[in-house]
Amino acid sequence: MKFIPFTGIKKTPAEESDKFLVASQWRLMWWKFKKHRLAVLSGVLLILLYLGAIFCEFVSPFSPFQRDATLINAPPQKVRFISNEGIHLRPFVYGVSGGLQDETWTRVYEEDRSRRIPIHFFVRGSSYKLCGLIPWDRHLFGTADGGILFLLGADHLGRDLLSRIIYGSRVSLSIGLVGVFLSMVIGCVMGGISGYFGGTVDNIIQRSIETLMSLPTLPLWMGLSAAVPTTWSPIKVYFGMVVILSILGWAGLARVVRGKIISLREEDFAMAARLAGAHEGRIIRKHLLPSFFSYLIVMLTLSVPGMILAETTLSYLGLGLRPPVISWGVMLQQAQNVQTVATYPWIMAPALFVVVVVLAFNFVGDGMRDAADPYH
Amino acid sequence: MIRYLLKRILYMIPVLIAVSILSFVIIQLPPGDFLTSKIAQLEMLGEKASESEIASLRAQYGLERPLYERYFLWITGMLKGDLGKSFIYNRPVSTLIGERLALTMMISTCSIILSWAIAIPVGIFSAIRQYSFLDYVFTFVGFIGISIPTFFLALLLMFGAYQFFDLTVVGLFSPEYAIAPWSFGKFLDLMKHIWLPAFIVGVAGTAGTIRVMRGCLLDELGKQYVIAARARGVSEWKLLLKYPVRIAINPMLSTIGWILPVMVSGSVIVSVVLNLPTTGPLLLEALEMQDMYLAGSFIMILSGLTVIGTVISDLILAWSDPRIRYE
Repeated sequence: MKFIPFTGIKKTPAEESDKFLVASQWRLMWWKFKKHRLAVLSGVLLILLYLGAIFCEFVSPFSPFQRDATLINAPPQKVRFISNEGIHLRPFVYGVSGGLQDETWTRVYEEDRSRRIPIHFFVRGSSYKLCGLIPWDRHLFGTADGGILFLLGADHLGRDLLSRIIYGSRVSLSIGLVGVFLSMVIGCVMGGISGYFGGTVDNIIQRSIETLMSLPTLPLWMGLSAAVPTTWSPIKVYFGMVVILSILGWAGLARVVRGKIISLREEDFAMAARLAGAHEGRIIRKHLLPSFFSYLIVMLTLSVPGMILAETTLSYLGLGLRPPVISWGVMLQQAQNVQTVATYPWIMAPALFVVVVVLAFNFVGDGMRDAADPYH
Repeated sequence: MIRYLLKRILYMIPVLIAVSILSFVIIQLPPGDFLTSKIAQLEMLGEKASESEIASLRAQYGLERPLYERYFLWITGMLKGDLGKSFIYNRPVSTLIGERLALTMMISTCSIILSWAIAIPVGIFSAIRQYSFLDYVFTFVGFIGISIPTFFLALLLMFGAYQFFDLTVVGLFSPEYAIAPWSFGKFLDLMKHIWLPAFIVGVAGTAGTIRVMRGCLLDELGKQYVIAARARGVSEWKLLLKYPVRIAINPMLSTIGWILPVMVSGSVIVSVVLNLPTTGPLLLEALEMQDMYLAGSFIMILSGLTVIGTVISDLILAWSDPRIRYE
């Protein structure tokens, strides 16, 4: 066993090894995880993004449905500190002017250097209900007079892309967690039964897992989500999507749970519990599942990205969530052809958020895997 | 070997039955049956479907019969090559999908070959130069490869080609070959176009394959026979290629099983974005129009072919690695 985790702590060697000996399993993992800089950084980023999703009404400068018909597809405004008057401590953007050209029927915008719009923090803006409960009108940042501030540009209806991305993160980020939670429940039940009882039950479940894993998921997902009735309310469609993603997603988890249960059920403590008269459900719940809880969390972290990517892809194809629901995939529906993308590259911004989130989940999962693996 | 082969092929049958039931469920899921949509479509065009026409169509598809009978009708038809009729195109499904399926499978196969062609050398390099700068670069690029949605990568490359090279990378054939019958020239033309979609589809799988290759090779390189050979003065190249690389390539064959479904999914979405004449766009269109026989048959055949591909990869693995045969 290496003692690397403690190199940064100023204590005598004897104290260090004492600390190591009495530390709980979770504490040991935390020490090991902290060493993985990229994973910690990604973890912090994810926490910030999820906080942003929870308090999206406060973080986003505008309502996601607020339209400015004069600024359709306006480009992103650059945040600046230096103007020709000198350096400003308060960041600002220049105003945007322009619009539909008569001759070409295209919209051309340019920076209006005469209008300097300072960015204020904790400004009063449109009123909202924080998390749907607390009425408030403060926003994290914005302009003093409630004028436009398109840090990531505007979409085809003149709505602020950044605000929409922040609101969309609520759906896009949560669908991964909810989907993984449902897959975990199915996967643990199926894998647990399969590994614990063995025999015919195990054989049948194993074959179904293999079947599910050898199928191309996207065509099946497409088929199932196309069957979601268009008359459903957004919230129903959301849960419909979660169910569809989980139906095909539990197989990998169940296989891992089964493998682990098989190796664990032969352990002495499982036998001891059985001899003490514990019934089988209790042995699985109380003795086997906790032993590989850390392992499970790693698996779950690594399966969140797949769900997020699936939702984005299906919504992009128009088979998943539909407007007026805001999700990153729904926003990307605008980017259907190369001409649109070439003219308004900023409409791809939600995809960058997808990449960053998926990358962060992978790094965190990797760091946790290293931390949770006692043999590593 | 024969025993293993028979066992593996027998295992495939229940899987294929399960796939067919799933596809049939998808066909049946939308509310109403497809004749309702057909009649609605005819009425939109100002035509009126006659009572007798409707009745004969109903009888043809056995819509009056119970669900399980309809399933048997559908599955026996499929075995005979009758996949039902597409109502958007008003043509038998089988005539619509033949060439498209072949192209889909071709893209998937090319993607696997391409991802191996990249992953094996990179994996070898990363293993012998572990923790070097380039090893970290490859790992990072690999991570981005898994994190980027396939359709976004396709859009990005299309955007890049359009913006910087003024190229429109759409389709699989040059215009002069698009509707021409198959010839050697058309095949060459296809090869000129197929690498881009194959590359995009392959990216997601490449990252995983590099990790597998790197990990296996690292395990092998630590073994004593390698040290013994080095002590005897075997040259580094020979030492590397003669045994460790050969052994580390074995698990690649077993990864086809999970890589092929990923590739088929990938080729569907890339085809939609790049508008390739494969199953992707047609499947999407069929689903949007609720042309369920077309969509269901597509899903059934794509899944079926993937299952068969997985079995073939298992057989190749058993052929190359005796340990598996005798398990």
